[in-house]
Amino acid sequence: MKFLMLGNEAVARGAYEAGVRFASAYPGTPSTEITEYISSYDEVFSEWAPNEKVAVEAALGASLAGARSMSAMKHVGLNVAADPLFTASYTGVNAGFLICVADDPGMHSSQNEQDSRHYARASKTLMLEPSDSMECLYFTTRAFELSETFDTPVLLRLTTRVSHSRSLADQGARREFKRAYKRDPQKYVMMPAMAQKRHKFVEERVLALKAFAESTDLNAVEYNDKRIGVITSGMSYNYAKDALGDKASYLKLGVVYPLPETLITDFAANVDECYVLEELDPYIEEHCRALGLNVKGKAYFTALGEYSAKLIREVILNEPPEKTAGIPGLPGRPPVMCAGCPHRAVFYALKQIPGLIVSGDIGCYTLGALQPLNMMDSCVCMGASVSMAHGMDKTGSRAVAVIGDSTFIHSGVTGLIDIVYNKGSSTVIILDNSITGMTGHQNNPANGMTIKGEPTRQVDLKKLCNAVGVDRVFTVDPFDLKGFTKLVKTELEQNEPSVIIARRPCALLKTVSFGAPYVIDKEKCVKCGMCLKIGCPAIFKAADGKSAIDSTLCAGCAYCTNLCNFDSIIKGGGQA
Amino acid sequence: MTSILIVGVGGQGTLLTSRILGSLAISMGYDVKVSEVHGMSQRGGSVTTYVRYSDERVYSPLIDEAGADIILAFEKLEACRAVKYLKIGGAIIVNTQQINPMPVITGAAVYPDNTLDLLAESGAAVYAADALSMAVSAGNAKTVNIALLGVLASHMDIEKEKWLETLKITIPARLLDINLKAFELGYGGSY
Repeated sequence: MKFLMLGNEAVARGAYEAGVRFASAYPGTPSTEITEYISSYDEVFSEWAPNEKVAVEAALGASLAGARSMSAMKHVGLNVAADPLFTASYTGVNAGFLICVADDPGMHSSQNEQDSRHYARASKTLMLEPSDSMECLYFTTRAFELSETFDTPVLLRLTTRVSHSRSLADQGARREFKRAYKRDPQKYVMMPAMAQKRHKFVEERVLALKAFAESTDLNAVEYNDKRIGVITSGMSYNYAKDALGDKASYLKLGVVYPLPETLITDFAANVDECYVLEELDPYIEEHCRALGLNVKGKAYFTALGEYSAKLIREVILNEPPEKTAGIPGLPGRPPVMCAGCPHRAVFYALKQIPGLIVSGDIGCYTLGALQPLNMMDSCVCMGASVSMAHGMDKTGSRAVAVIGDSTFIHSGVTGLIDIVYNKGSSTVIILDNSITGMTGHQNNPANGMTIKGEPTRQVDLKKLCNAVGVDRVFTVDPFDLKGFTKLVKTELEQNEPSVIIARRPCALLKTVSFGAPYVIDKEKCVKCGMCLKIGCPAIFKAADGKSAIDSTLCAGCAYCTNLCNFDSIIKGGGQA
Repeated sequence: MTSILIVGVGGQGTLLTSRILGSLAISMGYDVKVSEVHGMSQRGGSVTTYVRYSDERVYSPLIDEAGADIILAFEKLEACRAVKYLKIGGAIIVNTQQINPMPVITGAAVYPDNTLDLLAESGAAVYAADALSMAVSAGNAKTVNIALLGVLASHMDIEKEKWLETLKITIPARLLDINLKAFELGYGGSY
């Protein structure tokens, strides 16, 4: 029976049907739902790991022990997991081992637009790329078989539009799978003598995979009008089909590493003009050029952002775009921190300290960089806030690091150890909102709940910071504006490291309820506009120039009452 | 091919609406693609989801500029922003709710006071409805998405019974009554 499934849901279903028994991941848009859906299957052990490196290593361990296993991550997560990936390519697998990596062309929710296909080539690992949910399911089940057949980890490359589109997919039954553990130090202990032999195996495996890529049904040729030929994969195939239909012939690559050289060469020879349609880098195009094929790629299509059927029609068919007049000059609507968000309070407090550099990190709190708070100086990658603040401090600038609870566990604590060990004196603020927020509320080691919502041992952030050598650790509520600001100022003056744990749960958690929305007492409001400075989406200036609160948006958190010197913000009587 | 663009502000319930439309199209035997937005843009930013269905195979899940048959807008300003995606002669169903974006709150920009006129001037067939009031009448402001779906249903050539069947299988049982009420208010509401 066919179901309307999210691409990520279909990957999870495919893994389930293939008998996967172990899944470990760190959340990251657009990959998160893969592991969330897997956690709904009781036959699979699933977990949130502290970071992607740990997740891939745990899954590799499960594979060696004889369980089909997997890990899913966003593109930048694979940077973190690159270390185990490159050597897992040497060890190979026992039971099938799948790594899903979701790229984000257009950067809907990411800090860069890197192309993960380069990792497949660099690590000499088989990479498949589905284009819709049906293929997500089918390619995933195939990936486990191929992993075992060729003794290789398999990368499944997704992009935002494949991961986050729903389309029809067939569901099947689960087939249990188990292999016995077989001790084999020559294969699994990678020190020079053994690794040299395994590298030879890897090079032979590449040749075997190339032969496979020439004949597999995962690659498909579709001949229509042969004046235009299109070599493509993943979501770009859909855009091309919408744009060109039968006016073009297609080579749709389901295997993106290694590429089928004969198939590509033959296809290019059979069409008059050959285009390569691929978002991001000219990965397939450069391979075609190395084969001596004169294909049309990035000279016509951008390396930036997402493609569309419209773009392809314009470039290849030279069709002028259909246009409907838009409405110019509209105010933009960037994302904002939610009403009741504890992060807002942290950034507003930091804004009261002149000349401060705020070294930021990855999470909802990155929104503190936007107006009106505008209180972040840098944001690079997971954990970088802490180590970068150390570099700034040591070279004479006064910086604080701002990092979420989950991000701190991911890779902030190593930066903190750097600070302590190398006699730094930075101040690190951990925004502990009891959840991994931006990716849609995942539990993590610091909130004491597993992926299935079961209670577990909780990392005690204060003890952890104490243990690595930070003596000055404080746990405070950021909604205490005066107290919190004073503490940050005091800690900035210390000649030793400090950690301030700003603890208040995410306002979107079901356990958080503030009660009725607040209202403005119009008699008392003097139009000073102080309450507008915190950037709460519920507070706005009404036509009379006085402040007003949108009762449908106000969370009732009362933080704004900290700012009003005229007691004009009062608890309303509306429904909670 | 029918292409419906759903626009709104992160947190308004556009995702559920697109899933319901997807289920409806499947129940009628169509091929369907629905594209969603997750992650950062869900945090109070502009959000766009796409629903496309056809009796032939649907390839791209996205709708290009001038490609939507219908725009379902959860907020007035977002309706204006989405107009360029509408086919010539297409229809916009717009909730008259106003949610101020941050540039308006900070005073860096002004919320246009004539959004419905701007929409009408664009040449679109505009159907405005106060879905928020309908949702409140139904008993919960959060049913605004289903009230708006009711408005959409009243303008589409699909039997009402089909809509109701789809709501019954896509909405959790404990929330069904209040959502059916919101749908009815949208379907029969005068505006």
